[in-house]
Amino acid sequence: MDAKKLEVLRILEENARTDIETIAKMTDQSEEEVKAQIVSLENEKILLNYTAVIDWSKVSDQEGVTAMIDVKVTPQRGVGFDEVAERIYRFPEVRALYLMSGAYDLSVVIEGKTMAEIARFVSEKLSTLDPVISTTTHFQLKTYKHDGVVFEKGEGDQRIVFSP
Amino acid sequence: MTVKQTSRLSQAVQRIKPSGIRRFFDLASTMEDVISLGVGEPDFVTPWNVREASIASMERGYTAYTANAGLPELREEIARYMEGRFHVSYDPMEEILVTVGASEALDLAIRSIVDPGEEVIVVEPTFVSYAPIVSLAGGVCKTIGTKKENAFKLTPEELENAITSRTKAVMLCFPNNPTGAVMTKEELRQIADVIERHDLLVISDEIYAELTYEEEHYAFSRLEGMKERTIVISGFSKAFAMTGWRLGYVCGPEDIVSAMLKIHQYAMMCAPSQAQHGALEALKNGREDLERMVASYRQRRNYIVKSFTDIGLSCHMPGGAFYAFPSVEEFNSDAHEFAEQLLLEEKVAVVPGDVFGAGGEGHIRCSYATSLESLKLAIERIEQFTSSRK
Repeated sequence: MDAKKLEVLRILEENARTDIETIAKMTDQSEEEVKAQIVSLENEKILLNYTAVIDWSKVSDQEGVTAMIDVKVTPQRGVGFDEVAERIYRFPEVRALYLMSGAYDLSVVIEGKTMAEIARFVSEKLSTLDPVISTTTHFQLKTYKHDGVVFEKGEGDQRIVFSP
Repeated sequence: MTVKQTSRLSQAVQRIKPSGIRRFFDLASTMEDVISLGVGEPDFVTPWNVREASIASMERGYTAYTANAGLPELREEIARYMEGRFHVSYDPMEEILVTVGASEALDLAIRSIVDPGEEVIVVEPTFVSYAPIVSLAGGVCKTIGTKKENAFKLTPEELENAITSRTKAVMLCFPNNPTGAVMTKEELRQIADVIERHDLLVISDEIYAELTYEEEHYAFSRLEGMKERTIVISGFSKAFAMTGWRLGYVCGPEDIVSAMLKIHQYAMMCAPSQAQHGALEALKNGREDLERMVASYRQRRNYIVKSFTDIGLSCHMPGGAFYAFPSVEEFNSDAHEFAEQLLLEEKVAVVPGDVFGAGGEGHIRCSYATSLESLKLAIERIEQFTSSRK
């Protein structure tokens, strides 16, 4: 990829709210050039979304439960894992889905309000899919770091105000 | 018995002027919500792998003195680095010395080569410690102020004019603190010709060598005929965000390095072992983090220089280090007054350029090694400040 375009991506990955004017200055380009690059990145489905990292545990009444479920499935002729993957990620409660190497095939990240809600999803929706052979559910107990962001204490700026 | 207060302190130390930024430091520390562009160090914390390696060295019990010149494996790694990165080869056992920061290395270099009365040419504006170090060693400091119209590069004519029969050495710092100026191979060659003609030594402070944004740094000792008369001074502070570790090094001719080692072993014994273990990791596995930091400095350099230009501050594009050095001459105030009023009225801390010596008058040093949000806010406040003064 063009080095400037790559630089724009990296800046947005770091902070999706960086405005066009700032990006243009940082990358030594005109605002029009940056706009065109972003449109092209969006059209290419490289730049997919601009989301926020939120510590929901600090929001009262919004504390949810997140689980990672290891799923073993039987791949199907012609479509491999893709068809069953699609049937799983279409559920809105599925936040992420990855095909894995190793002891199981699919890793499903799921969010729910309660453990019971997730248990119901696993037993009623996930396990009942024909290709699914087995599931192992792990509940997340605490988030230390997510998407590169440390949740609790940062390191802060410890520098003195002036130094030569 | 009464003590004569005047005789307690040496004349040498009394000759040294107190640091020019001390007053600003005291002023700023009484204020809240100050945005500081006055910090001469990276805003990154040392990469974790380096910190972890240092912690691990202590866990394994490496808490004793190291060899005076530094851990042999660290010197070997520095030699590999100088060869691979800057294409100059040094013997790790004879020509490299690990010091407590580049600051100690500068002091050792001057003390090793200067006799009382000999002159050392200091190319300014530059890092604040050169002149006091020369003076403490009994040397005489001759300054050259580089000029804005030359993009703060040293010209061979300026150097030629400063040389006398008593000149012993020249101190250079490119990429430069505070101007960010860099010099190309061709420009350095012209300087080297003058050096050779007058048979001088060079102390080349290359602490910012990794932080260049257009062209790769060209080491002064890489020029033909210069290695045998150049003391290269560098360290881990700027490139690897390790300022608090106090670890630097010297690469130079064997006779000078062993003279420096003589002073180092009596004055310092050795650099801290845990810092040396961290540095070893930085050199072995630090390249990716370094490149990430350089990319980030480059973006912030572009941002601050363009923003200064937008608000009408005249600022050349610095090729290296992490400082912008805009001119404030058009605001009818000297740099000190400008910086002080800016701090008091808008709570933005910058360093007046004359603190860094000749050629710095009428300029302010703004470190862009701070978060983009702070830079944005600082520029808004500076705009507020300057627009009321036009």
